[in-house]
Amino acid sequence: MKTSDLLAGIPALAGAEPVTRVTIPARLDYTYTPGAAQSRFLNALTEQRLLGERCPQCTRVYIPPRGVCPTCGVATSEPVDLPHVGTVTTFCIVNIAARGLDVEVPYCYAYVLLDGAHVGLHARIGGIPHDQVHVGQRVEPVWREPDQTGVQSRPSLAAISHFRPTGEPDADPESYRRWM
Amino acid sequence: MSAAVNPAAVPAGPHRAVGQEPVAVVGVGQTRHVSARHDVSIAGLLREAAVRALEDAELTWADIDAVVIGKAPDFFEGVMMPELYLAEALGAVSKPMLRVHTAGSVGGSTALVAANLVAARVHGTVLTVAFEKQSESNAMWGLSLPVPFQAPLTAGAGGFFAPHVRAYMRRTGAPDHIGSLVAFKDRRNALKNPYAHLHEHDLTLEKVRSAPMLWDPIRYSETCPSSDGACAMVLTGVRGAARAPRPAAWMHGGAMRSEPTIFAGKDYVSPQAGRDCAADVYHQAGVVDPRRQIDLAEIYVPFSWYEPMWLENLGFADQGEGWKLVESGVTEMDGDLPVNPSGGVLSSNPIGASGMIRFAEAALQVRGEAGEHQIDGARLALGHAYGGGAQFFSMWLVGSERPDS
Repeated sequence: MKTSDLLAGIPALAGAEPVTRVTIPARLDYTYTPGAAQSRFLNALTEQRLLGERCPQCTRVYIPPRGVCPTCGVATSEPVDLPHVGTVTTFCIVNIAARGLDVEVPYCYAYVLLDGAHVGLHARIGGIPHDQVHVGQRVEPVWREPDQTGVQSRPSLAAISHFRPTGEPDADPESYRRWM
Repeated sequence: MSAAVNPAAVPAGPHRAVGQEPVAVVGVGQTRHVSARHDVSIAGLLREAAVRALEDAELTWADIDAVVIGKAPDFFEGVMMPELYLAEALGAVSKPMLRVHTAGSVGGSTALVAANLVAARVHGTVLTVAFEKQSESNAMWGLSLPVPFQAPLTAGAGGFFAPHVRAYMRRTGAPDHIGSLVAFKDRRNALKNPYAHLHEHDLTLEKVRSAPMLWDPIRYSETCPSSDGACAMVLTGVRGAARAPRPAAWMHGGAMRSEPTIFAGKDYVSPQAGRDCAADVYHQAGVVDPRRQIDLAEIYVPFSWYEPMWLENLGFADQGEGWKLVESGVTEMDGDLPVNPSGGVLSSNPIGASGMIRFAEAALQVRGEAGEHQIDGARLALGHAYGGGAQFFSMWLVGSERPDS
């Protein structure tokens, strides 16, 4: 039975339009406690350093570090300063905007495996036309320069604007085959 | 299975735990999946599917001992714990009611939790229901909330999975048109399913191939729709099945597996948890050659390239060969391994319900109740769901015969 038929059976509602949509805005602001490992990582970003952590058991290097190796289940405590160069292991070109994302479309969303790391950092590739981005490409971070707003000195991944090609030859596929 | 399986993930010993009650699907109900059901509330949507499942089983609310409900994140519709206000609509007042959540795989996990309650003889007859009302949701936004430890670049599920699709294409050398073949097949199959959301009578392969890229390499035409819909099943044991008016589908195996979203060495293209889950289900059912022994599969394919990816992950094809099954027509309705004869997730995607629809469609096939999209002679069918960052898997195998017969 349609809603209008249901309402028709109630004399007091004769001719009333059924209400089928009500918009109820909701907003929540969350406070996040990053913990020790991510605090070290985020603070290092303010000094333009890429700080990963090594698992003492499997020796894999995580960036950003989450404080624990998800495979071994042990704390990662050895900080590792990673070089400012890595390899694109895969990517997509995003042509539609998601609400709340502060990035102009289209953009290239890539996994960048920093040299010495074993998980890819999720990053935007810029500085070249999108059809020239490719798997195996060598890239480096472009840091946001400090300005009066203080955005760059905030401990945030926003300290990196994007990654751009270094111009080096592509990486050997064996170097990133297992570590997308 | 061609793919390596983690031995610790597959239990040794008998195929099924001794003393388990055989589990039968005796009722299946779905709503007609559409982009917006303005005529019903969430409760009304669920009740519609549940009533149809009860009618199929010729049972009443009084025959149900417990209700197990599932949906994707509460963030989608913005209704916190919707199960709080759904008990009365689902006849669950004074009965046990349980909510399950495992992201996109939840429809499958919900059915398995319900099945396990029957198998363990905790309850005799269980109603299981899953839903999503995407017209009241913003799933893309709900999945794209910025997290402090990653650059905010993920635009919805498609944006998350597109790099994995590219990795598959690159790893296997699959030609670009495979994704379009899958999308075209599933949308054609959907024309035979009256419950499917998309009924694109005028669709051509050329239209699929020329659609714009949303998240290159994923085209608009190779992407699931946003749907309002619900699915329900009535599960029972041997005595319940004996009283059922129509043939039952019998569970021959069911399993869930999970793995972290990110870890060093994670294979996004063919996750270990998926391989282990399939191996466990096949082991329970005594399946050693899934390609030959399983008659059809309802696989969770929200983006067309996931069909060849999951064919490999599930052991239907060797690594790197899944796309060849697609290209040669093996997964077509008249192929020797039909995949998603219902039209699949690519034709209907009420997210929380999508996994249960896969499980229910597998059950309909082995009951011989699938209507126009019935696969002749279907005796053993796989229902599959995955969710999160390709990290939660739930699967079942259902057959037309009792597993202990």
